[in-house]
Amino acid sequence: MKGNGAIELIAVSKHYGSTIAVKSINLKIPAGAYCCLIGPSGCGKTTTLRMIAGHEVISEGDLLIGNRNVTELPPVKRGTAMMFQNYALFPHMTCMENVAFGLRMQGVAAPERTERAKEMLARVHMEKFADRKPDQLSGGQQQRIALARALITQPSVLLLDEPLSALDPFLRARMRDELRRLQQELGITFVHVTHAQDEALALSDIVVVMEDGVIRQQGTPEEIFNKPRSRFIANFMGGQNIFKGTVSESSPAGTLLGRGPDSFLLPGYGNATTGEDLEFTIRTDLISLGEQAPGDAKNGQIPVEITTVEYLGLWVRIVATTDDGKEITLMKTESEFRQAPVRRKEKFIAYWKPEHAHVLA
Amino acid sequence: MAFDMSKRSSYFLISPMALIFAIFLVVPLLTIVIVSFWDYDEYRILPDFIFENYSYLLGSSVTWKIYLNTFKYAALTWGFTLLIGFTVAYFLAFHVRSLTWQIVLFMVCTIPFWTSNIIRMISWIPFLGRNGLLNSALMGLGIVDQPLEFLLFSDFAVVLADVHLYTLFMVVPIFNSMMRIDRSLIEAARDAGASGFETLRQVIVPLSKPGIAIGSIFVITVVMGDFITVRLMSGGQSASVGLQISNEIGVLQYPAAAASAVVLLITVLLIVTALLRMVDIRKEL
Repeated sequence: MKGNGAIELIAVSKHYGSTIAVKSINLKIPAGAYCCLIGPSGCGKTTTLRMIAGHEVISEGDLLIGNRNVTELPPVKRGTAMMFQNYALFPHMTCMENVAFGLRMQGVAAPERTERAKEMLARVHMEKFADRKPDQLSGGQQQRIALARALITQPSVLLLDEPLSALDPFLRARMRDELRRLQQELGITFVHVTHAQDEALALSDIVVVMEDGVIRQQGTPEEIFNKPRSRFIANFMGGQNIFKGTVSESSPAGTLLGRGPDSFLLPGYGNATTGEDLEFTIRTDLISLGEQAPGDAKNGQIPVEITTVEYLGLWVRIVATTDDGKEITLMKTESEFRQAPVRRKEKFIAYWKPEHAHVLA
Repeated sequence: MAFDMSKRSSYFLISPMALIFAIFLVVPLLTIVIVSFWDYDEYRILPDFIFENYSYLLGSSVTWKIYLNTFKYAALTWGFTLLIGFTVAYFLAFHVRSLTWQIVLFMVCTIPFWTSNIIRMISWIPFLGRNGLLNSALMGLGIVDQPLEFLLFSDFAVVLADVHLYTLFMVVPIFNSMMRIDRSLIEAARDAGASGFETLRQVIVPLSKPGIAIGSIFVITVVMGDFITVRLMSGGQSASVGLQISNEIGVLQYPAAAASAVVLLITVLLIVTALLRMVDIRKEL
């Protein structure tokens, strides 16, 4: 069953009665990629994953895996394997039996399946726990067993439904590394559903952001993070401040929002019409505070008053309020902050280089 | 000191339950055990300590035949109630999707229990009798030309009534076990390539075992001690241990009845112990 793990969704929809969970989405995931589906709860990401897995019937559209139309096929014939959110380990079987289950269903003889299950247990560092029952394992250990059970049939696609959400933060970071390592070793396609941005950014080759049953944006983590297409994505992925203004001048060289000293320049953005409202983002770590803006930050400044200073260890998070009550967030490394400490109620000019502005659609 | 206090208050807190058990379980049971060693004649029971009741009971070939017959009823009833009960519970738990329908259908299963056992048994008689509904229908349709005699006052009738009476005792605990099975386990089995039958065999049946064990205990203990169904449905042509005890009480042979009861109790406890050895039901409690 080890085929090509390229996945293609063509106009795939899912209806439940009159409610639409997924609206005609198109998505291509190349073979061997790590793809994260991310979005708020109810956005259709889990439904999409379950449709790829074959645990949810596709209402409309086609699903291709390895260039084969698998829309109507059961999971095992698709060459996919799923790791469930709560791991779904068989409580009455030992770890060894759990891992060997898929082979047993394929009719692999007992000696061979024990051999292969042992190898797989070793791969996830669980060989010592072969005879334990799942309820005698910790969450992280259960997850490794679930991973081993999913991988035993040598799927070309592994589907993971919020695999890290049940773990504590420390374990989560470790399992994240391990998932990535395993994916690179095996070279198979991973599709991972999550609602945690850091997970998606850290793991993915491709991030797919979903909202209301549609894909809002897909791209590399850098693209999604630095060039969010909409206000929703900028807010959801975090790390961005959103500013708004009315276009006063626009030419191929750039666009100017507002007039006078508070105007914002968007260099290189030429297709705006005078009078329309535009939103743009500036990353929280690319805004500085000072008595006045330096020459290259003209047209990228706003007076603020500091309202919160939060020490986070490596970072210091500063929240400042503009004259019209809008909050902006700044992230400074601790060493940057120590060179120029600020305190609550102090007044500054927040400024940035206009070329750091990213215009939202 | 604190330990002592808490110990005393725990004893105090369990005392009502202990009292109820003592009055309604321990005292009657001890009475039966004591009486089983007493002597009796035609119209009296005589306090004594003799083993004759037991030696007569265990030495009689009639006892062994009756036990064999009772085991036969218990085994047949257990087999059929398990088959039907498991199927019904499976349907309710896995094929009925909405909770409302699950509750409605579950209530439907309990409807027969709104009338008494005896009425439910007696209602079989006009249905199964020599000139009953079933025989008339079969003869009317020309399927048989003589009334089927085995339908009523036979082992068939006894087992049929038992199954009718006690299937729900199987359905309830098995359904309860099945409802605890995480639905993602079934998806996981399917994901690993298990067919519907393999999922049933490898996942659902093993995880329903505690319910099966509890249902089996209910059905077997009830059928082992039953006398009214056997009397009514066999028309007095078959005997069971319970019926034997009832007859002995009828002729005032209390010590003999008590000895029979003690032997029956031990037999049933052995069966229950064996069942509990096989299945760990603690998870269900």
